[in-house]
Amino acid sequence: MSEERIQQMAAALAERVGGEVSRDNNQTVVRVARERIVEAATILRDAFGFQVAEDVTAVDYWQRREPRFDVVYHFFSYEHSDAITLRVAVDDGETMPSITGVFPGANWYERELFDMFGIPCGGHPDLRRIIMPYDWEGHPLRKDYPLGYEEPQFTFNFDEIQARKVQGKR
Amino acid sequence: MLEPIEVSAEELQHLVSDRALKGETVLLNMGPQHPSTHGVLRLLVELDGEIVVNVVPDIGFLHTGVEKNMEAKRYWQAEVMTDRLDYLNPVGNNLAYCLAVEALTGLEVPPRAQAIRVILAELQRISSHLVWLGTHLLDLGASSLFLYTFREREYILDIFEMVSGARMMTTYIRPGGLWRDVPEGFTEAVLNFVRMFPRRLKQYEALVTKNPIYKDRTRQIGVLSKEDAMRWGVTGPMLRASGVAYDTRKARPYCGYDRYDFDIPVEETGDVYARYLVRVEEMRQSLRIIAQAVDNLPSGPVRSDDRRYMPPAREEIGRNMEALIRHFKFWTEGFAPPKGSAYAAVESPRGTLAAFIESDGTPRPYRVHMRTPSFANLQALPVMAKGALIADLVAIVGSVDIVLGDVDR
Repeated sequence: MSEERIQQMAAALAERVGGEVSRDNNQTVVRVARERIVEAATILRDAFGFQVAEDVTAVDYWQRREPRFDVVYHFFSYEHSDAITLRVAVDDGETMPSITGVFPGANWYERELFDMFGIPCGGHPDLRRIIMPYDWEGHPLRKDYPLGYEEPQFTFNFDEIQARKVQGKR
Repeated sequence: MLEPIEVSAEELQHLVSDRALKGETVLLNMGPQHPSTHGVLRLLVELDGEIVVNVVPDIGFLHTGVEKNMEAKRYWQAEVMTDRLDYLNPVGNNLAYCLAVEALTGLEVPPRAQAIRVILAELQRISSHLVWLGTHLLDLGASSLFLYTFREREYILDIFEMVSGARMMTTYIRPGGLWRDVPEGFTEAVLNFVRMFPRRLKQYEALVTKNPIYKDRTRQIGVLSKEDAMRWGVTGPMLRASGVAYDTRKARPYCGYDRYDFDIPVEETGDVYARYLVRVEEMRQSLRIIAQAVDNLPSGPVRSDDRRYMPPAREEIGRNMEALIRHFKFWTEGFAPPKGSAYAAVESPRGTLAAFIESDGTPRPYRVHMRTPSFANLQALPVMAKGALIADLVAIVGSVDIVLGDVDR
């Protein structure tokens, strides 16, 4: 892994897909437009020898920024031990193009994106919930999804809270 | 109160072959409660007689919301949750999390702490592989080895108890170093293990490696080609058993792994047997690393003294008012790394384990994501199981070495 090499690749990639390179602690980040992520992934695989989409996740900037989400991709190449991070801004309700055609290993990660953040991946072969139950409502890792606590029950309000628990959300 | 979940056949149609819809093949539900799934994993198996046509893994039964919960905790509180992800590798989980926090804050870890981290991480690798070996053989009907491997694992857990007070959920590695220095007798205990274990490993191998029944049940079973292994993001012993010489410890060294002399075991066949060979050899290589680390254990402090992110030393609190205030503020308010994100990968017994942390400059992590190896490894199960016999499916699932806490998070 040479820092110089990764910087060069990131710059070349940014030039080809119209991105922007930055350095974030130990990551080299290329910010790419949503429409061009599949193109960027294909370039990484074919021209720079990246073999795996090691991780795909998202960050929700609810009420802090527009567009709301950043989808974060970590690519890795076993051959050269290169690591590169791609970030794509997506707004609520927008569809993220799926990269499973380029990196099949992203399959479950994109299902997780859909399940936990509600970011649908267009062109995904099997877009179902993966971690939460099939009939779950809402997307738990969104910032506007409450963490959820159990109400403490005392002697004087035990029955009241118990009744709310039973009829409320399961 | 609980209504049955209705899933129509149409929704799942694309997961099974056309023959299943005509009734030519049988759909079998394996799990979530099944002794050989090593946790709560459900497999929807499509069978043509005894031959597996397709497998659809259904996960999420052990989801604990760790990532969501961590957002509500301070950095030092959130670390405790990482132990619970992969419960066979708590030290490795702590390590990945701490490395990410250290990358965010720029904390420097003293050499002694680095070496102790390596010793513990490698002991953890051995203990995890021991559990795997025992349970995998148990799946295949050889129950005696299970008792032996758990005997040796107990010895390692005793060492963890010695340093941290806990057998499994240690939280001993902390951002910036360790909780405290190892107690007296630590190096002797580790060296005893290093001396004793190779003999035991030979006994295991005598029981398994050339055992004709084991070979028949594992060779050419669950083959994963090199290309498929890379495409599906499979890492760890499974990737190495398929012929890719990749190890995070070598490719992206952390904690000074580049200073130790060890080999990466690689096999070419990519079957269940190759995974067994790789894991057994890995235990031997881990012993080599431990022996080197104990021999060259540096002296000195075990945690950074960067006052922005570390609590003051105990001796100082009694003498210095500012240190006492700092101590109080640290444990109530926590520390706030600068804005930004960091990604740190380690080699867990199951593969590449990475922590992604996004900080917004407050004492609580804005987002933590754990890239867990079992999640990606399990994804490749259908690729391995297609065309296998139903009896071999148990061997294949076992060879993946999944920990469902690691899959579902």
